[in-house]
Amino acid sequence: MPNPSLRVLATFRHWGTALPVWSGRLRKEYWPLAAQNIRAQGGRLLALWGEDRRTTEAGYLVHAAFLSETGIVRTEMIVDPATAAYPSLAAIFPGALRMERALYDLLGIRATGVNDTRPWLRHAAWPADQFPLRTDFSGEGLDIAADRDYTFLPASSPDTHEIPVGPIHAGIIEPGHFRFQVLGEEILHLEERFGYTHKGVERLFQGLDVAAGGAHLAGRISGDSTVAYAWSYAQAVEQIISMQMPERAQWLRALCLERERLANHLGDLGAIGNDAGLAFALTQFQALKEDLLRENQHYFGHRYLMDRVLPGGVAFDLTAAAIAALQGGGQALKTAVGRLQEILAEHGGLRDRVVQLGVISPERAAHLGLMGVAGRASGQAWDLRVQFPHIPYDQLQVRMATATEGDVAARMAVRFLEISESLRLQEEILQKLPDGNIYHPLDLRDAAGEGVGWVEGWRGEIFFWLRMEQGNIRHCRPQDPSWTLWPALEEAVLRDIVADFPLINKSFNLSYSGHDL
Amino acid sequence: MTALLLEVAQVLLVAFLAPLFAGLLRALRAILQNRRPAGCWQNYRDLYRLFHKESLQAEGTSWLFRFAPYGIFGAFCLAAGIIPILATGLPLAPTADVIALVGLFALARVFQVLAAMDTGTPFATLGAHREMLIAGLAEPALLAALFTASLLSRSTSLSVIVTHLEQLRFALHPSMVFAAAAFFMVLLAENARIPVDNPATHLELTMIHEAMLLEYSGRHLALMEWGAQIKLVLYVAIGIALFLPWGIVPTAEIAALPLTLLALLLKFAAAALILALVETLLAKLRLFRAPEFMATAFLLGVIGLLSFFMLGA
Repeated sequence: MPNPSLRVLATFRHWGTALPVWSGRLRKEYWPLAAQNIRAQGGRLLALWGEDRRTTEAGYLVHAAFLSETGIVRTEMIVDPATAAYPSLAAIFPGALRMERALYDLLGIRATGVNDTRPWLRHAAWPADQFPLRTDFSGEGLDIAADRDYTFLPASSPDTHEIPVGPIHAGIIEPGHFRFQVLGEEILHLEERFGYTHKGVERLFQGLDVAAGGAHLAGRISGDSTVAYAWSYAQAVEQIISMQMPERAQWLRALCLERERLANHLGDLGAIGNDAGLAFALTQFQALKEDLLRENQHYFGHRYLMDRVLPGGVAFDLTAAAIAALQGGGQALKTAVGRLQEILAEHGGLRDRVVQLGVISPERAAHLGLMGVAGRASGQAWDLRVQFPHIPYDQLQVRMATATEGDVAARMAVRFLEISESLRLQEEILQKLPDGNIYHPLDLRDAAGEGVGWVEGWRGEIFFWLRMEQGNIRHCRPQDPSWTLWPALEEAVLRDIVADFPLINKSFNLSYSGHDL
Repeated sequence: MTALLLEVAQVLLVAFLAPLFAGLLRALRAILQNRRPAGCWQNYRDLYRLFHKESLQAEGTSWLFRFAPYGIFGAFCLAAGIIPILATGLPLAPTADVIALVGLFALARVFQVLAAMDTGTPFATLGAHREMLIAGLAEPALLAALFTASLLSRSTSLSVIVTHLEQLRFALHPSMVFAAAAFFMVLLAENARIPVDNPATHLELTMIHEAMLLEYSGRHLALMEWGAQIKLVLYVAIGIALFLPWGIVPTAEIAALPLTLLALLLKFAAAALILALVETLLAKLRLFRAPEFMATAFLLGVIGLLSFFMLGA
């Protein structure tokens, strides 16, 4: 239940869900007040998005989701189409700024009270006076051009040197632009520019049927987090149709999520080592990751577990033989990772590179509202599996991995801890896996309403909001933790040198696709 | 006449076997890292491919950009004629002593750096700055190591140094041990190897040597890459000449050539193995640790010099 001072501002009702979600509609003048209240209680912003409700409610609806100690507080407010403006939350939650800029690009409603009115997701792909999420968006005259007129922060002195990096990089990574201002090698300022992988995901979802099209797309928002997205999407659907999930399916979903975490953490640790010039780490961790992916292919049916989690259940089942094999694989992985951890911990050259590099202090992390691996490495003890466990995590007693140094080494340490914890969870899930169905057909006749999904993905919390009408998707909003974490990267690199940026960046390893939507 | 033939043979041998040595190094590194190597001949395939591709000239660049690959390649080929690799007393050997040789390497570097700055791109400029940072510190260390050997043999000519050192046979000179350590560190730094630079990286922001080549393509890039491979071989050859000279004979003793070649083969193979080990075991240094690394090399070189004066050996 939200605290009393928040309940004064609006009526909050509990959504019928396994997750603790309270939802309430605010008047426009209470919008910043509620956010201030939540901030004062130690909460943070999860997501801010909007939808066009001019036909049904005579206005645009702006949503925000906050995380507080009692769960998710979801607020909404009607924005008058005549003014198309609402008060900004950027002064309270720094992460809100980019979400509000993106909201203007997509829906054409402006947050007031901030000076930064530059586009965020919009490049030159559609005209500045058109807004893709409005129902009357024609979809004509679309282009694929990148924005050439974007104004970056001007250099502060004639001595500073500007280095533009990307969006095309020398390695095989996603596109993003980084504008450095350096003095010699020292980074004075970093400004990010994204939107190069904007695919119109929110618009693509509209009108899709829930079972096939929606689930398919949800699993492809950010490929490295396909399980987390698919599961949070499934949660939202199941909440709307008030469906009880077969328990075995829930356990198998958790197994998928932990394996996704394992695969990504293994890959990241290798990549961090490689960026420090230690190719040994890369090849060793790559080999371990590859073994894991092949197990995935063999026993689950997909290397990255895409389309394994569906609304209504899962698309695979494990035989007793498969369970035994996975247990054996888990044991072998545990031994191998343990040895690698020892080697890396004693490698002076690597330690010298990662310790005290890219530091985000716990105070700054709290201010920026960091979550996930990066947050826990900076002392932000949030882990949904621990604080708000749903089935099966409520029976597994997840141990949270934290560190307080906030440097690259701490983010590596958290990953190592989470690998061993995920291996323990996998072992326990495989042992305790309940019998029963793995799939329950959906009864979608005239399903309507709003639902929320919320899963602790490997990078951080994946949040999914969904509105259904007549059994189809009306609107949805997937939220990647990268929205909040990208600004932290800008801060983490300050006072470090340009040559160390790739290493710091890799220690965060944020999603472009999940952010650009 | 034999001397002239030997001279030509040595330059050709160095030029055409340099990709093989670099390829062997790559293959050994791959094996040490549990990867399947592309084979020792991969560098030849790469060079062949590049020579058959179009060379694009970066927009706004001058003649320097086009000339640099030839200048650099030429400088290294000339150096290949001066260093006693197959034999001492080659016709070109008197043209340059160790100081001039270091100058020849510096000339190639100046061309490389100027050409990189000519492109005006931030990465190339960044790479050029870093190259000069490393080079400015590597050069004194290199000279200190070379001078130690010069003092021992009372000459700055490599040919004379080798002849002299060879006659000393297996006596352990403390000064030369220090000089060898210093030289090895310089070799790593000058050839863009780990721990100073990472030749295999794709991260444009961390590159030193590679960053300067980003705008090159086709045969220009091929010459730059080939030049770098020759440079690596030359440094190893200098190291062999100074610290393991046994087997390098005067030009007159042509009959010993097969034995010389065999010894050379073994020495280069050992060098490749050592380099591959170092590059597998070490991580790359923080950029600002590289000056400390070079300072250590310089210090070792100076200790080598001092120990010669104090111990006379």
